[in-house]
Amino acid sequence: MLVNFPNETLPAFFSRRRNNHQTLPFPLSEGYLDEQFHQLEELQDDVSPNFVEEVVVLFFRDSSRLISNIEQALEKHPQDFHGLRACVQQLKGSSSSIGALKVKNECDLFREYCDEENKEGCLRSFQKVKKEHAILRQKLEAYFQLLRQVGQMERATPSYN
Amino acid sequence: MAIVADSQYHVLAVDDSLMDRKLIERLLKTSSYQVTTVDSVSKALEFLGLLDGQQHEIDVNLIITDYCMPGMTGYDLLKKIKESSSLKDIPVVIMSSENVPSRINRCLEEGADEFFLKPVRLSDMKKLRPHILKGKSKEQQQQEEQQQQQQQQQPLLNTCSNGTLLNTCSNGNKRKATDEGLSPERRRPRFSTSHSLL
Repeated sequence: MLVNFPNETLPAFFSRRRNNHQTLPFPLSEGYLDEQFHQLEELQDDVSPNFVEEVVVLFFRDSSRLISNIEQALEKHPQDFHGLRACVQQLKGSSSSIGALKVKNECDLFREYCDEENKEGCLRSFQKVKKEHAILRQKLEAYFQLLRQVGQMERATPSYN
Repeated sequence: MAIVADSQYHVLAVDDSLMDRKLIERLLKTSSYQVTTVDSVSKALEFLGLLDGQQHEIDVNLIITDYCMPGMTGYDLLKKIKESSSLKDIPVVIMSSENVPSRINRCLEEGADEFFLKPVRLSDMKKLRPHILKGKSKEQQQQEEQQQQQQQQQPLLNTCSNGTLLNTCSNGNKRKATDEGLSPERRRPRFSTSHSLL
């Protein structure tokens, strides 16, 4: 199910589905998610109808833990850049698994600052990572909520199927 | 050779990340493989029967493992599998979220059949089948060789396929059996031409 939210109206969405036009889901068109997210949607089917949401839930569980690990790692004196880099790499890995493009890109920058042992750069990057992570969480929560509403509407209005 | 559906093939997936395990399982199941997932190399070794030295009837056609894991890494698992006479022909695929050429080469040199850069995609699943089929034909070949040699064996005077006497063969065999902690019943003379028997 691919929804152009928030610009697309529901009737337009149904019309597009009837005509079988495939377009990018909103988070992809706004650059928050990349093609990998679309791959996840392709893996969802009747056997695994909530696959994408389940993976996303796991991602936020993992990434919240990793962010908290990074926070702790940044408080160490002297700074252990090697350990910090390992945490950032893990977060980058998880992000790329769901296609979280902006978070992943920011992790790449963060990793470079670790390699340069640039503490200021690390701190700045970390703020950005947290911000992008929070925005993505909001967007995806709204997205899944909308999908649920659309699902309910579809079941209530069979003429749209 | 009979053509078997992929649903008869069993893949063991090893990854410490629950999210990645879920993903790889879905990818494999969508591609019609039977899947077992474990979260560590030690659990994988346990599943494969490498920890207790007992003979196990494990039918695993391919192992796909993450490289970076706490404790033993995917590379360590690869080495253990290649060192095992019973498991060395099972194809091994390594996954990693980092594109490090030296790491990739190291794995390929150690005998990994394929290296996937994460995130793994559905199109990567197509690359698995050729390795599974190759592994199965090696296994079949080995079984045929063993059957042949068993038929050729005489009770008192045993000779190896190249004509040398049994005592020299069994020395080589004992070494291998001890390494793997194999039970006495499993010791069977192996007369492959790669052994130096003189």
